[in-house]
Amino acid sequence: MLKKKFTILDHELVPKHILLSKEEKRQLLEQLKIRPEQLPWIRASDPVAKLIGAKPGDIVKIIRKSPTAGETVAYRFVVP
Amino acid sequence: MLMPQKRLKAVSFGLLSPDVIRKISVGSIITPDTYEEDGTPIDTGPMSLRLGTIDPSQKCKTCGNRVGQCPGHFGHIELAKPVIHVGFVKIIYQLLQATCCKCGRLLLPQRDIDRIRKIMKERPRLWAIIKNRLVAKVLKRATKTMECPHCGEQQVKIRLERPTTFYEKTKSGERKITPDIIRARLEKIPDEDYEVLGFNPKASRPEWMVLTVLPVPPVTVRPSITLESGLRSEDDLTHKIVDIIRINERLKEQIDMGAPMAIIEELWDLLQYHVTTYFDNEVSGIPPARHRSGRVLRTLAQRLKGKEGRFRSSLSGKRVDFSARTVISPDPNLSINEVGVPIEVAKTLTIPEKVTSWNIDELRELVIRGPYEHPGANYIIRPDGRRIDLRYVKDRKAVAEALAPGYIVERHIRDGDVALFNRQPSLHRMSIMAHKVKVLPYKTFRLNLCVCPPYNADFDGDEMNLHIPQSEEARAEALTLMLVEQQILSPRYGGPIIGGTQDYILGAFLLSQKNTLLTEEEVQQLLFLADVTELPGPAIIKPKKLWTGKQVISALLPKGLNYTLKASACRKCSECKKFDCPYDAYIVVANGELVAGVIDKKSIGAGEPESLLHRIIKDFGINKGSWFLDCALKVFLNYAFLHGFTMNLDDVMLPKEVVNEILKRLREAEVKVEELIARYKRGELEQMPGKTLEETLETLIHEVLSNARDNVGKLAAQYLKPTSNALMMARSGSRGSMLNLTQMAANVGQQTVRGERILRGYFERTLPHFKRGDLGAAARGYVYSSFKRGLNPLEFFFHAMGGREGLVDTALRTSQSGYMQRRLINALQDLHVEYDGTVRTADDKIVQLMYGEDGVDPSKSDHGKAVNIEKTIEKVLGVAALK
Repeated sequence: MLKKKFTILDHELVPKHILLSKEEKRQLLEQLKIRPEQLPWIRASDPVAKLIGAKPGDIVKIIRKSPTAGETVAYRFVVP
Repeated sequence: MLMPQKRLKAVSFGLLSPDVIRKISVGSIITPDTYEEDGTPIDTGPMSLRLGTIDPSQKCKTCGNRVGQCPGHFGHIELAKPVIHVGFVKIIYQLLQATCCKCGRLLLPQRDIDRIRKIMKERPRLWAIIKNRLVAKVLKRATKTMECPHCGEQQVKIRLERPTTFYEKTKSGERKITPDIIRARLEKIPDEDYEVLGFNPKASRPEWMVLTVLPVPPVTVRPSITLESGLRSEDDLTHKIVDIIRINERLKEQIDMGAPMAIIEELWDLLQYHVTTYFDNEVSGIPPARHRSGRVLRTLAQRLKGKEGRFRSSLSGKRVDFSARTVISPDPNLSINEVGVPIEVAKTLTIPEKVTSWNIDELRELVIRGPYEHPGANYIIRPDGRRIDLRYVKDRKAVAEALAPGYIVERHIRDGDVALFNRQPSLHRMSIMAHKVKVLPYKTFRLNLCVCPPYNADFDGDEMNLHIPQSEEARAEALTLMLVEQQILSPRYGGPIIGGTQDYILGAFLLSQKNTLLTEEEVQQLLFLADVTELPGPAIIKPKKLWTGKQVISALLPKGLNYTLKASACRKCSECKKFDCPYDAYIVVANGELVAGVIDKKSIGAGEPESLLHRIIKDFGINKGSWFLDCALKVFLNYAFLHGFTMNLDDVMLPKEVVNEILKRLREAEVKVEELIARYKRGELEQMPGKTLEETLETLIHEVLSNARDNVGKLAAQYLKPTSNALMMARSGSRGSMLNLTQMAANVGQQTVRGERILRGYFERTLPHFKRGDLGAAARGYVYSSFKRGLNPLEFFFHAMGGREGLVDTALRTSQSGYMQRRLINALQDLHVEYDGTVRTADDKIVQLMYGEDGVDPSKSDHGKAVNIEKTIEKVLGVAALK
């Protein structure tokens, strides 16, 4: 059988996922004046979330290409 | 009238317990008949006077009120045996599977139950969010558990036979579980475990999902109607209730008599059937209950469901006053902001106007003129709230004298009033726009032709609706936000959606031709229409003063406008000659002067982004834009009148030699197709990757034939007379395309059904005129003829096949996309942009951190982009830079 030689993070269609630190998380929520549940969600069982070690309660920052804005930032709240 | 105001904080839904049902009931209903012989309602029957009254001559026995006052009262039926409520079958099934059949506990270890209860109690907000997902997980796990962790009982598989029968799989075989057993099991589920499954035991206990008492709705909910013959016809619900009572009473009797189990069960099942169809008569798995006439009964669920149901028809949809509907017709002399309203309509629709010392004289005049003469009034509302109907007032002069500040006069609508104008289907926001009323004779609504595109209106019998806003606020809002000129730029792509169509474009095209020369009278005539009273200097002085068409157009363009564009007439040459364009398709406007180029669809057409019109609106504002649409376009249209225009057979006539050449080329293509077929038959055809041999052949044939068509089309286009009127229409983009022209002049081409050459019909052939297996062009729907030369019967038939498919497709597409649109709008309607630029849902969840990820308003953008760099540079450097 083929050994796992690649990670999906390297695929060009997978945008950059970054796990936020506690401080970054606090700042983001303060800046947007929201509770974490108000962000869109991502499952902890999502392949990328698993790879970057995101646990329920974390927030993931996603940087991706956008046809309108060039590059855009999105945030996901990790849920079980 | 000050009412105590309360703010709604939450709505909670729950089930009615048998106790509650009995408590709200005014009495038990036990007689399966509605009326006595003499026509009085039976007191214990479903039409009992205790349940309220629908007869104006009767008083309600419960509250003593008459028809309008009595709200109606519930009764109840004591069911002889419990039955399952169809609406909760799924939940009952899940509960039975997830709980122990002996002790009623949730089939999870106490540890897990405690853990979930902890989340629930300690973090109610998190619980609210993850409830559904967690419950689904709990259910799945509990269902799988086959041994009760609490009492050790071995669980049995439970099967649900739709709609309402449950079976238990025991070792000895399948056994039916009757509703009373089910109810007993559900009763055993403790509140604590029930909560873990996401329910609120205070609002609903699971055993309430099995009915022991059935509420009987008030008669006001199911009024009977008396036919002209004097016969009474009962509501469907009443029929159903009668059925339930009848079977229930029979069941009671049989049980009391100690009848054998088989008979009781049969009646029990029948009771279950009636109760099920009483709730929902479209349950799958059982035949719907029918009326004696064979008509399917409309029971509770049917009253609520679907387009004609309570929600969509009665609650979301409302009928309105102060509205009018009639056929529409065009009037190019109206402003785009106006709507022509027939006098008759204007005399019916009113606006309430408060009497003040400033308008009292005017309003007096209106009152004196009364309801039957146009600028008049229909009603007066006195300060004490009394309405005076002017139709029945003999001495209107006296009433007018009595007017004083504080009175309200409902006066006829008149010129300048605001009205909302609408055409269905209302697919986008421009489907309802505010217009200013212009009262006109005759019986149709009239509108400027430029506003046809946003409404998607034409005049083949279209009707439109008119609504008159009644309050000051509504009028102000309509005027500032919804007025047509506020809607010129489409929020979809930023281009003007309101603009010239058909004759406007043609007129502009003709006027802007290089050889258009006009006399002084003509120029005056044209420019007068646009209120331009200053003539530019003539282009030619001797022998006669003459002006060019471009000069007239220049007089209509705002000073300071600089602009270049390639017109519709542009042939997309490999190298653009710009100013020296042989087709005059290179438009240059310098300081409001049309220096070169023809004005056509690309410049003034509706829905054309980056057009001249768009530029005028963006650089000079909405006012200038609407002036341009009102006045300049009127000039173009009138030039079309002045010039005169028609289309005739000569327009698509080709010289004999060209026709022969076309026929020759088509024959060549036919030969090529024959060759391909021959090669295919010999097996010499090389298969294309991913295609079968047959598909390869089809592709190749298609290629040959479409090439032939294009070829021939180009040839025809080349030899069409340059003076051809049809050609001018196609070039300017006012109507028709080059394809339409070549189909008329040269060759119609391949007819298709489902994207393939025509291949259906008889066995291995399309028509009996061909040999079986004939794959040739003619046998597969290729039309050699042109529309001008005429199609032969076979070609005509194939053409009709293709045409029919087109019609069917449009019919299908509209219904499909309509439904898709409905669902999309329902999903998106509550999204809004907050002040911080984020897009949020109604409960403030974030959808996008920035609208469209770039925060650009498309209606103010240049085709979605925030800035158009090219245009900006051009504006800074000036047209000189282009040379």
